[in-house]
Amino acid sequence: MAELSATPSVQPGSAGLAPLPASPRLRRAWGPAFEAILIPLGAILLALVLFGLFCKAQGQDPFKVYASIYKASFGSWFAFQNTLMRTAPLMLTALCTALPARLGMIVIGNEGALVMGGIGAVIAGLAVPAWPHHLALGFMALSGIVWGGLWISLSAGLRQYRGVNETISSLLLNYISIAILNHLVNGPMKDPTSLNKPSSFPIAEEIMLGRITFGDFTMRVHWGLAFGLVACVILWFLMQRTTFGFQARFIGANPKAARLGGLPVNRTTLITCFLAGGCAGVAGMVEVAAVHGRANESLAAGFGYAGILVAFVARFHPLAIVPVSLLLGGILASSGILQRAHKLPDSTSLVFQGLVFLVILFSDSLYGRFKIFKP
Amino acid sequence: MDSFWLVTMAILAGAVRGGTPFLFVSLGECLTEKSGKINLGQEGSLLAGAMTAYAVSYHSGSPWYGVLAAMGVGMLLGLLFAWLSQLPRTNDIAVGIALMLFGSGIAFFFGKPYIQPSAPLLPGIPLGAWSDSTQIQAALRICPLFFLGLLTAYFLAWFLRSTRWGLQIRAAGDQPSAARALGISLKAVRTWAAMAGSGLAAVGGSYLSLYYPGAWTEAISGGQGLMAVALVIFARWDPKMCLVASLLFGGAQSVGPALQAAGIQTGYYLWNASPYVLTLIVMVITCSTKKSLAGAPGALATGE
Repeated sequence: MAELSATPSVQPGSAGLAPLPASPRLRRAWGPAFEAILIPLGAILLALVLFGLFCKAQGQDPFKVYASIYKASFGSWFAFQNTLMRTAPLMLTALCTALPARLGMIVIGNEGALVMGGIGAVIAGLAVPAWPHHLALGFMALSGIVWGGLWISLSAGLRQYRGVNETISSLLLNYISIAILNHLVNGPMKDPTSLNKPSSFPIAEEIMLGRITFGDFTMRVHWGLAFGLVACVILWFLMQRTTFGFQARFIGANPKAARLGGLPVNRTTLITCFLAGGCAGVAGMVEVAAVHGRANESLAAGFGYAGILVAFVARFHPLAIVPVSLLLGGILASSGILQRAHKLPDSTSLVFQGLVFLVILFSDSLYGRFKIFKP
Repeated sequence: MDSFWLVTMAILAGAVRGGTPFLFVSLGECLTEKSGKINLGQEGSLLAGAMTAYAVSYHSGSPWYGVLAAMGVGMLLGLLFAWLSQLPRTNDIAVGIALMLFGSGIAFFFGKPYIQPSAPLLPGIPLGAWSDSTQIQAALRICPLFFLGLLTAYFLAWFLRSTRWGLQIRAAGDQPSAARALGISLKAVRTWAAMAGSGLAAVGGSYLSLYYPGAWTEAISGGQGLMAVALVIFARWDPKMCLVASLLFGGAQSVGPALQAAGIQTGYYLWNASPYVLTLIVMVITCSTKKSLAGAPGALATGE
């Protein structure tokens, strides 16, 4: 690298030619990057405006609503921690859609994989109540990965070997997993003391996932946040910087050529989908081990579906998932204040999510349409 | 033996009662897919339709206005789908998921005030009045919308097979380039097909809130709008087969409650998953990686 940069480059300007005006050079270097950042930002802004009009139509002052959302999501350290707690499962479930998307698949079984991962984690946790803390947590996480991973691999296998559309099959699996959860917590795993909300037996207090602490600085946020961050970085590395990731992206770009070129298409697809499902499974494990302490219907709280939105807004880029999850986590965290302070129903955030999703898809059609981004 | 007959009858009655929304959504999806687009947003149309129908019925006092209003809202969502999915670089499936989220959000948001009050519901036609048994009477009490769906199925089959418009829709779905060469506007054909399809799905939703179960709740749809997509594959894009498939799915849905009513409790929650498992099994059996299915529109999900 050092040699390369030492040799005189042949860029216009340095090679004795008349230097180009600054703006085209800037455009050439930064145009595509600006486009990739400004179009989604513009889309989110447009969604905010549309949402404001929607609030206005409901007799609310949009600016007060925005202010409330900001205050309840990023306004204080307390609020920000609320946001962070929702960011953790969002990052993990978003990966469940983002990874297979690199292979050209649209998987929306996030909710199901999360639920299965949660069930797996509870079973593992109940099996080893007396293990040392870290070992038990590792075992639960592994179980969550395996259950969630196999769940999405099932979709992938059906697609590769039977030609079943993965979007539909993964969605059906969501409903099936919730039925399995209901069966387990009302039947074989039911804790007789949980009357109002049928639940499984709780896992031991000692093997719960704790809060993030550095020295004497303690957050209310649990370690699931770190799991999510680490998963995003590792999977970004896997997809962008390794042979495996190159294979996966190649298959996504041209499956026929990949097959003819002798790439292991089925194996790559299955492994990627296993990892994707595993991420959502970890989200389930985190919900069980750090939040609920047991399995019940609160597992299917909609983080899976919100994760689909995050993945699309982040354009399936594992690192972009981090800020997008933070944004959406903030919106989810503010849903309570919208109910209390503005008398808007809890489904307001669903309306907002739908608007963002539609506008983002619309903005996809705008790439390459603006002259100013062209080199 | 007695409980066996009870269960059988409950399932048969449930097939008609639970199958009607499937029928409307699958007919709508069939029409949309024939024109070459997959609309997963049918779930959103179904929910928005259910909410609108209930609200309009509550305010106007007539459930039939509710059905009409639902159809209107469904067509609007269909228009949104048609516009977004035909922009460059967008994808039907993604637009469908977005509309599913948006439609259910809208339905839950505006439906909040209608969870409590009770609106006038659609009347049932008492075909079982000749019998003394209240169970037979209940089983043969059939909603007029079911017959409407029956007619729609046959009408749609005739429409697609023997009319000029039907041919244009099939051409747009099978060979878009040929259709374009014939001077057919793909945009117009697909927009109309998506609007009509989404409108039908919303009518299916109005059946849910105005007849069975006959109230507006946020959990009114158990994903019927999505299962319809699989159902259309099972029916091989044939409206008449959609009828058979819908009844089958309606029956599968009522197995759990029927068993519970007969006093069999085991696996109640697992039986709830039976329509989904059935859908999955059907897709595993009928799909293949080697060849496209007989009757499948050629341009489906190719992005053309």
